[in-house]
Amino acid sequence: MKNKNFPALLKRSIFLSITGICIANPFFAQLNNAVQNVHGNFQIDMQNCENDTATGTPEVNEQFRYNAFGNVNYTSGDFSMGFRYESYNPVMLGFLSDYSNRSGIPYRYARYRHNDIDVTVGNFYEQFGSGLTLRSYEDRGLLYDNAIDGFRAIYYPKKGVTFKGLVGRQRVFWGLSDGVIKGFDGEINFMELFDTLNTVKTKVILGGSFVSKFQDDKNPSLVLPKNVGCYGGRLNVLNESFNFFAEYAYKINDPSYQNQYSFKDGQALYITSSYAQKGFSVLLSGKYIDNMSYRSDRDKQSTVAFINFLPALSKPHTYMMMAYYPYASQPNGEVGGSADIQYKIKKGTLLGGKYGIDLSLNASVFNGTDTTRINPAEDIERQRKYSVDPFSFGTKYFHDINLEIGKKFSKQVKGTFMYANQYINQSVVQFNTPDKTEHPDVYSNIFVADVTWRYKTGSAIRSETQLFLGNYKKGDEGHLTEAEKIAGNTGSWITQAFEWTPTSKWFFVLMDQFNYSNPLDYKKLHYYYAGITHVSGPTRIMLSYGRQRQGIFCAGGVCRIVPAFTGFQLSISSSF
Amino acid sequence: MKKLALLFVSAIVLMSFAIPGDGDKIPSATVKKLDGSKINTNTFSNDGKPIIISFWATWCKPCKKELDAIAENYSDWQKETGVKLIAISIDDARSSTKVAPDVKTKGWEYEVYLDENQDFKRAMNVNNVPHTFLVDGNGNIVWSHNSYAEGDEEILYENVKKVVKGEKLSH
Repeated sequence: MKNKNFPALLKRSIFLSITGICIANPFFAQLNNAVQNVHGNFQIDMQNCENDTATGTPEVNEQFRYNAFGNVNYTSGDFSMGFRYESYNPVMLGFLSDYSNRSGIPYRYARYRHNDIDVTVGNFYEQFGSGLTLRSYEDRGLLYDNAIDGFRAIYYPKKGVTFKGLVGRQRVFWGLSDGVIKGFDGEINFMELFDTLNTVKTKVILGGSFVSKFQDDKNPSLVLPKNVGCYGGRLNVLNESFNFFAEYAYKINDPSYQNQYSFKDGQALYITSSYAQKGFSVLLSGKYIDNMSYRSDRDKQSTVAFINFLPALSKPHTYMMMAYYPYASQPNGEVGGSADIQYKIKKGTLLGGKYGIDLSLNASVFNGTDTTRINPAEDIERQRKYSVDPFSFGTKYFHDINLEIGKKFSKQVKGTFMYANQYINQSVVQFNTPDKTEHPDVYSNIFVADVTWRYKTGSAIRSETQLFLGNYKKGDEGHLTEAEKIAGNTGSWITQAFEWTPTSKWFFVLMDQFNYSNPLDYKKLHYYYAGITHVSGPTRIMLSYGRQRQGIFCAGGVCRIVPAFTGFQLSISSSF
Repeated sequence: MKKLALLFVSAIVLMSFAIPGDGDKIPSATVKKLDGSKINTNTFSNDGKPIIISFWATWCKPCKKELDAIAENYSDWQKETGVKLIAISIDDARSSTKVAPDVKTKGWEYEVYLDENQDFKRAMNVNNVPHTFLVDGNGNIVWSHNSYAEGDEEILYENVKKVVKGEKLSH
């Protein structure tokens, strides 16, 4: 209080405070009548990395590593605000190291929603249609987060009509992307909008979106477009048993690191259609993508700064060995589709037995687009670098044909049995290189038997057996050395796991993955694992020790290698 | 001095916030019905009877086991307690088209909604699926449980019956 101007300052601050309260008072008065809550959740994953020369774990300086986050949300009637604290000191093995050795609050927001209006300032997640033009989302397990930091307004002028507008910059690790995104989306559900159509059983929903990004051009050798627009339209027609959805998106020239600075435009088409009735369903999906990597920073790689989302249509597998070589959407170009048929054999029939049988058949196949290189000297004006024939296929990337059978044998015993035949061109799909020396094509046959025995109420033992029969091919192997022939070839695997649940609060797991046919004798290893999980309401604590095989994680159309790991892991999560 | 003024104002703001609420209501988020129409989750209701909210995904094996196990007794549960199950699928564009075929083939009689970009999942602070909530007849969230073990559906139903009787729950 040594400040000479104290009285003046005091007057001013009191004046400001009172004005502030007067303005805010009606708002807070309204809030005070509303129900108020503080809620949140958190998760901490810790690991202690041991040096395991047998599996080839990477040598690390810091053995103890963790990923942690906590969300705190405050709501009061129509108003909510919150933040997420994250901490990685250092980040766990297999995650992008740009997150490492930092803690902070990369996500905070305030939101007001009342009847027909919904406004957010700060960070938010949004999706237009199926995401071909814009999708910001988070996957905490993969540390994928492209939240937009800015402003968003959603307006519902009438029942069945939605308008969304947003502007902001995306999260890139602990900072924001170089480019600014603006987006607009509109959707009309005709049967809801017009009362006279209310009784019509078939619904028609039409939507459209426009997204634009601005990024300054600092490239010394190219004249790059600073504004890149992308627009899309979608149609959904559906009734009680039938569903048809189609979305098309078009992007103007958008030279980027990913497309090797081609000035060609981009297109994406996604169509899906299904028919379902009790006990039977068919789902067919197809997509065509050419040059649709759309990022808020043209120079970024990996899973960073994606504005849009190109869904992979292959089946997301639950069983580990079915997902040894997962497929990821190819933003540079792909053509493909998938088919799902589900059928329930009724109980009481000859085949169905006492409880019936669930059958699920799934097939998907993806190829590259059929492209032809254009000599830059002959295309000086447009600099497309390649042309594409939309009516023909390029190189094969992936296929997966699988059958799943679910059968209940008695009140106590039930099982799931699965077979899959898979092919992956992993050098292109996962490593973006045509060189197959280190990343051979993989042909595989995979079998799973998963049986649960509920030996008394609330207590069960589950056995899971998985067999992965792999065949690795590098194409013309004539010129390869012996060492090159086995590079990237891990042969076949067998996995056995037991899970014991004495009460619903405890899970005990024992597992061994055995790489029994690795072409190198010293790599014929056992990957043993033991874990205990305790669950109490929303809280879960998991402790494990063991080896983890090197694997591949895919997100946002990009895959990355998760290195082998040996050691203890502890995970705690809860919500309040 | 400026800081002091700021502190003063924030204290008032905080004080006006720090009034305890009367219960945890279902937060507001927009989810999609299987017929394509949108609905605000804070309008979920069941005429004064309890609601089970179950977060699941088509790729989540334990989730489907739980919903299958409940389906076997669901009509009895409804008759005895009037409870309603709302199944929230967190499948994204990759698999959200599989939700309706899955539900139909299984013959589940639940109210099913799509939470494609996981706005409701965030609002409900769900870490992993399956995650099940129990909402009493007055719309208060009174119980929640993460993961599924064989027999969990029976514990859930015991809790539903307690809620109907107005008894207090513990985890």
